[in-house]
Amino acid sequence: MNLKAQALDPQMKGLIKLAVMAVGGQGGGVLTSWIEAVAQANGYAVQATSVAGVAQRTGATIYYIEMAPDGERAPVFSLAPAAGDVDILIAAEMIEAGRAILRGFVTPDRTTLITSTHRSLAVSEKMVPGDGTVDSRDVRVAAEAAAQRLIMFDMEKVAVDSGSVISSSLFGALAGSGALPFARETFEEAIRASGKGVETSLAAFGQAFSVASNPETPAETVVAAGSKKYRVQGSEKLLQNWHLLLRRIQEFPTEVQEITTAGLHKVVDFQDLDYGQSYLDRLDRVLGKDHAHEGFRLTREAAKYIANAMAYDDVIRVADLKTRGNRFQRVRGEMGVSSEALMKITEFMHPRAEELVGLLPVRWGRKIEAQKSWMERIEHYFCKGRRLRTDSFFAFALLYLLGGLRGWRLRSLRHATEIEHMERWLSVSLGYLDQNYALAVEVLRCRRIVKGYSDTHARGLSKFDRVLEGIALVSARKDSADWASRLREAALKDEKGEALDGALKTIRSFV
Amino acid sequence: MAERSFAKEVQKLKLGQGETLRCEGILAITKALLECGVGYVGGYQGAPISHLMDVLADAEEILSELGVRYEANASEAAAAAMLAASVHYPIRGAVTFKGSVGVNVASDALANLSSSGVTGGALIIVGEDYGEGSSIMQERSHAFAMKSQFWLLDPRPNLQSIVKAVEDGFELSEASGTPVMLMLRIRSCHVTGSIETRDNIAPPLSVKAALSNPQRDFSRVVLPPMSYAHEQDKINNRWPKAEKFIMEQQLNERFGPDRSQVGIVLQGGMYNSVIRALQRLGLADLHGDTQVPLYVLNVTYPLVNDEFLKFCEGKESVLVVEEGQPEFIEQGLSTMLLRAGSTVRLFGKDILPMAGEYTGQVLLEGVTGFLRKAAPELLSGQVLAPNSVAPSFPDLSASVPIRPPGFCTGCPERPIFAALKLVEQELGLHQITADIGCHLFATLPPFEIGGSTMGYGLGPASNAAFGGGGERRPISILGDGGFWHNGLSSSIGNMVYNRSDSVAVIVDNHYAAATGGQDLMSSRAESKSKSTNHPITKALKGVGVDWVRQIDRTYDVPKMREIIREALTTDYDGPKVIVASSECMLNKQRREKPLRNKAIKEGRRVEAPRFGVDEDVCTGDHACIRLSGCPSLSLKKLDDPLRDDPVASIDQTCVGCGNCGEVADAAVLCPSFYRVDVVHNPGWIEKLCTRFRIQIINWLQSRRQRGKLEFVEL
Repeated sequence: MNLKAQALDPQMKGLIKLAVMAVGGQGGGVLTSWIEAVAQANGYAVQATSVAGVAQRTGATIYYIEMAPDGERAPVFSLAPAAGDVDILIAAEMIEAGRAILRGFVTPDRTTLITSTHRSLAVSEKMVPGDGTVDSRDVRVAAEAAAQRLIMFDMEKVAVDSGSVISSSLFGALAGSGALPFARETFEEAIRASGKGVETSLAAFGQAFSVASNPETPAETVVAAGSKKYRVQGSEKLLQNWHLLLRRIQEFPTEVQEITTAGLHKVVDFQDLDYGQSYLDRLDRVLGKDHAHEGFRLTREAAKYIANAMAYDDVIRVADLKTRGNRFQRVRGEMGVSSEALMKITEFMHPRAEELVGLLPVRWGRKIEAQKSWMERIEHYFCKGRRLRTDSFFAFALLYLLGGLRGWRLRSLRHATEIEHMERWLSVSLGYLDQNYALAVEVLRCRRIVKGYSDTHARGLSKFDRVLEGIALVSARKDSADWASRLREAALKDEKGEALDGALKTIRSFV
Repeated sequence: MAERSFAKEVQKLKLGQGETLRCEGILAITKALLECGVGYVGGYQGAPISHLMDVLADAEEILSELGVRYEANASEAAAAAMLAASVHYPIRGAVTFKGSVGVNVASDALANLSSSGVTGGALIIVGEDYGEGSSIMQERSHAFAMKSQFWLLDPRPNLQSIVKAVEDGFELSEASGTPVMLMLRIRSCHVTGSIETRDNIAPPLSVKAALSNPQRDFSRVVLPPMSYAHEQDKINNRWPKAEKFIMEQQLNERFGPDRSQVGIVLQGGMYNSVIRALQRLGLADLHGDTQVPLYVLNVTYPLVNDEFLKFCEGKESVLVVEEGQPEFIEQGLSTMLLRAGSTVRLFGKDILPMAGEYTGQVLLEGVTGFLRKAAPELLSGQVLAPNSVAPSFPDLSASVPIRPPGFCTGCPERPIFAALKLVEQELGLHQITADIGCHLFATLPPFEIGGSTMGYGLGPASNAAFGGGGERRPISILGDGGFWHNGLSSSIGNMVYNRSDSVAVIVDNHYAAATGGQDLMSSRAESKSKSTNHPITKALKGVGVDWVRQIDRTYDVPKMREIIREALTTDYDGPKVIVASSECMLNKQRREKPLRNKAIKEGRRVEAPRFGVDEDVCTGDHACIRLSGCPSLSLKKLDDPLRDDPVASIDQTCVGCGNCGEVADAAVLCPSFYRVDVVHNPGWIEKLCTRFRIQIINWLQSRRQRGKLEFVEL
């Protein structure tokens, strides 16, 4: 007897397939058990599976649930999601939504995609010395194309604001989406029955429910990118001088005004108004050589990086930042410390001989720096790891005094070194200006490589030097600006500078 | 104390005749064991079967009430060896561990057990760690059944079938005098569902009672010439008995119409996925009623010749669905067809992939491919000639970074590897071998420490070739779990005996943490039924390690680094062992957090630590992350046009372990980290002093502010 093709079993339409893509530690197990409970309470046969293993330890992990109206006979459920065959996909993080799409779990014919837009960065993104975070905009675009219905907002924030974890806001979004044919009360009952953190979970659930169920409310208020707003206060005389400086900026081309204001703000905050004056003087020098038809790109970059170079991270600045009045308030807010509780703050300081010698007057400092035995002695006696309790009087006073050395700073060795380095870098950039405008701009941008403290700072400086050397090699070429930018990106890719070495090798192969 | 407590769930094991139990696979198995009158149970934890050990541990009271002995065995080998009790005594015993690595460890005992044969039912429940989410090399336990001649069950993955397989397994074992392995795939262990329960049965002969009437019979001992007789007995007696039992009891199942041009032979564990493929093709309904005949092998070894040939009768083509490689079942069935002179065409790994998990997609494509070749008339027009183009989306492969498992927030192992990385920055790269356990995550970025893993407890052993010394000493990692499992003899004993000039770092987090935080001999917790608090250092001294250093707070990175440096540079040329101990943070939090919350609520003074980063001070070079990788230490993009790169940021999940501060100090990173100790319910003197201090500090701050401009963020 030969069999023939059949039509699909109409009962298969009642079968709901739901997958949860989570990162270990996000409460995926709890969410799964809630969904299971809600289905059961609504007269559904339900089966849940998960892969508990080392994936739980912060790796990506999948939970899978199938349900169908309960009848006389048990349905046969699958134990894992299949590409093109998932009705509801819950992603507990934006990139995990991307992973789901990549694996074919989100398709336009059937899938409701419920995803939180927040990012939980992978180690590979975090460890890059520059900016290694992947752009989740691609995922956003793909999600819009791949999902039949899309519910997307920052569910992590909703959860944290309610003092809960993301599993509750995901559950709320699922309920609010209407993708499961169950009443809201039955979802809430599942949370209540689990008996743990019920109040906060219900609050997060409710918030997420209302966002997900009301497509009219914008799911996310996009925070406009731009600089922070500040109120400037001080004595009348100081304010007067500040406004004089601002007036100077107003004479700059409009393209550079905003960034210059930010820069001025930074250097004045770092030192004083005179220092701000010298910042604007330097910019004037650059502006004099810049062109309107280039959109004053050179001055814009100079405004940004000269400010960063002038506001270098020395002991005085760190001590100053650590002892400012608003810092304790800010920390209290960030840590969510209630007004009844007290707060102790411990700072982890480990200055090196270089940093201490950097505080000395230039001539002395140079002499000591040149003598290894002296440096070793200073390292030995003064440079231990120090834990300072800035909420205690003496540690605070110590940092306060250090932070007060601001007046001394301009005579210090560190200052001389930094300014020297900056001038050298500026003149290299301006030296290229006549032959290649774009290259001059790229050289300014290389300042980004210099950052960090102690060894990291030293490594940054050496990378910076190597990048400038590489640029010198190709400076005569037409595409030298591209190479400059490539070298800079390579330098920011890994700690040891292996990518940079590779790029330099490539350059040496053709020059 | 295990990661997950089943204390509440195990109460359901007391359900009796005719009641319904809704639970996970592992609990259903435990219930089935009790209903079968099991006399002793044991095993060794490991995904995906860890939770079965946790259930057994939590159910110890219920077990002992029934007279069932529970043993948390030292290793899989010890667990398999325990089944020796069923060789001479008619007592049912069951042990559990993971496949295939656990089976590897147990293979010596399993082979001997199989040679001796059993009187009482002996069941080995194996969680087969294969496919997505697996943490080990991809192999099959199936080969062990074939080489040692014990029987292998692979039931359909629903609780009722799994529970039945437990009972069938004991009976098959007793009917054929052969141990039986019950294999469960990853998801089956955790699949939820319902079973009808029966009354628990106390073992007819308890292990305690058996001690009063000892049995021995040298014909069971694996020594020549008895071992030759055992081999003959396996093939000539036990095998036919097993085949007969399988057929009579219909352990394998048939579904669908009797006659058809095609049929599918499948492992029981593949049943649901095959049905799903058929459902999607319109060839099966929601309840699994199929148009294509299925021969479901709930017993995958031995294969039953007559049953299979009968299934093939009248068919033109048969597809074998067998997950994993090589294709043992397909080869067996091919031989049967060839010997029978059959014309049935056998499809299998020629259509389905040889390697890898059989996911829904793989099976849909495989079954479709098979039917397209063997019976296209079964496929609908839409499948044969789809007229809609598959939708395409932007390619996300570059936007989705891999996310391998890593150390948890606050993990005490992180500072050990941070210290090791710092020492390597000083002294150069070293030859390092890793071991099994959470510490294996150190082989991944950001640490990238250790380049091989040879097996549980074999970290130092796998560095043995380098024990003769050289310019830089070899280093090996070993966990406390691995140490007690196999490491003490195979690794440490090996180092001592061979006078190895190498360094072993024992990562002691007080538990078998990677498998779910089970207690160990060296756990510092008090256990009701197990003997704990046996220090590793004592064992080390006992086997003759003279250079031992113990550190009891791994978060002290400078000290950790000092000790590692000392071990690498000391003149002493014998084995050097560092025991780096701090409690697993997951377990610690589980223990301490509820107590702390309770204390805060009751108004007692409590200090709670958490770390933060001053974003103005952080320059965004991420050096701290390269020495940490903590999930709570992440990045934040600043709303500042002058900044290009995101800065470090610590979120509210921080447990204040201290690693950030220690690393910043030891590696001389940057001063942006700070620790906040929140003092809940401070006393009045403390409050008063603090207020006084704050007043002075406020005065100083406003004094400084006077001479300069202030920028107040709005």
